[in-house]
Amino acid sequence: MADLSNYRFTASHEWVRAEGSNATIGISDHAQAELGDVIFLDLPEVGATVKAGAKFGAIESVKAASDLYSPVGGVVAEVNAALTDHPELVNSDPYGEGWLLRLESATDDGGDLLDDAGYAKLVGA
Amino acid sequence: MAARTPLYEKHVAAGARMVEFGGFDMPLQYSTIRDEHIAVRTRCGLFDLSHMGEVRFSGEGALEAVQHLVTNDVSRLEVGGALYGVMCNEEGGIVDDVVVYRDPGGYMVVINAACRAKDIAWMRGHTEDVTFDDLSDTLALLAVQGPRAVEVVSRLCADEVTDVRPFHFKDTAVAGVHAAVSRTGYTGEDGFELYVDAPDASGLWDTLLEAGAADGLVPCGLGARDTLRLEAGLRLYGQDMDDRTDPYSCALGWTVKPQKGEFIGSDALARLDPKRPPRRFVGIELQGRAIARHGQRVLVEGQEAGEVTSGTYSFTLDHSIATASLNGDVPVDALLSVDIRGTVAAASVVPLPFYRRPKGA
Repeated sequence: MADLSNYRFTASHEWVRAEGSNATIGISDHAQAELGDVIFLDLPEVGATVKAGAKFGAIESVKAASDLYSPVGGVVAEVNAALTDHPELVNSDPYGEGWLLRLESATDDGGDLLDDAGYAKLVGA
Repeated sequence: MAARTPLYEKHVAAGARMVEFGGFDMPLQYSTIRDEHIAVRTRCGLFDLSHMGEVRFSGEGALEAVQHLVTNDVSRLEVGGALYGVMCNEEGGIVDDVVVYRDPGGYMVVINAACRAKDIAWMRGHTEDVTFDDLSDTLALLAVQGPRAVEVVSRLCADEVTDVRPFHFKDTAVAGVHAAVSRTGYTGEDGFELYVDAPDASGLWDTLLEAGAADGLVPCGLGARDTLRLEAGLRLYGQDMDDRTDPYSCALGWTVKPQKGEFIGSDALARLDPKRPPRRFVGIELQGRAIARHGQRVLVEGQEAGEVTSGTYSFTLDHSIATASLNGDVPVDALLSVDIRGTVAAASVVPLPFYRRPKGA
């Protein structure tokens, strides 16, 4: 089990890991399991601005398509290029190699994010 | 509550992700859809299809009854043969798609799980003076599919089954269990479907997995079954067709045999031009990986021209594929696109099936 003590979660199943003023975003293990085989990610380009709580893209599995909502605001500094050819990394390593975006100038508007224990409770884990 | 097949406990014990389908709690996947799909294309997979329904017509009047219900010419069936076809209503809409088997004493019609109650009521209401048994709960159905499937199954059979031709079956024993061993499937691969008595299913499931382990046999769920059947260009009832779709409009005109005489829907179908049906069923390929899904709009020059009936990501071809039902007046060379959740994706029409297994494989 990954150490998730420095991850924060949304109720819509995204996670954020803050590193100073930068932040990495992904989806939770619960979310990847619910989606099943991830096929395609529609992600913003480097330089785009994302807003906390706002839609920033979409994820598709064989089973379903689902919108992605950002846990924090910021400017996209990097998009996980490995996912273009290997979107299944989101399934195999959602908290590591399967990350989606790195943001800079990340702004946490506080409030609604859950810690690991709170999220685990939400999904009944 | 959803019904359970005789293999339900096996699926749960194996950690399968379960999903309700056709009124049954069925395995969606045991590992991943991708891994199970590739296993069937390259080695072999084992499926529980016991949710499917079986109805047997026997004795005097059996042939006449099935001929009346089904569009295809069942009189051509020899004992040991199987035939795909559809049942139509009086308007020519498809009630269900079926496989008919002829055994020495009658005809067994295999129907979709979700259609079982409807089909049985339909059959009762449209036949008379014939013996008619719903065997759905007494039979289980296991499928072994993939390039190694015939080898795996034949090792366990009391009789030679490698000589059973496609769309034929043989009654024999598989690992000591009486079975109708049918050279049929829904994956585009070679293989067998095994009709067995429900109490025998669980033991046979374990025996097959053990005997096939060295050949890479793995249990597969309905997720892979759907991606495999779509690559193979096969229809799914309720998605690609329903009781408002005539067979010509979903490219199943080859199952309609007007020359055999009267059957339910024959008058309505005779009024259609098989070459210019009300709707046109096509295979489409999309650039990239976004999946076109059932019900999404197909556009020609920005105008609605039809809808997607089924779509998935093809693990074999590595791009997105779909089938679509187009308005009858859409020109054959029209440039199509699909409205995928607000993003318009270019689509090109390709011949079905998307995937055909290599010759000799």
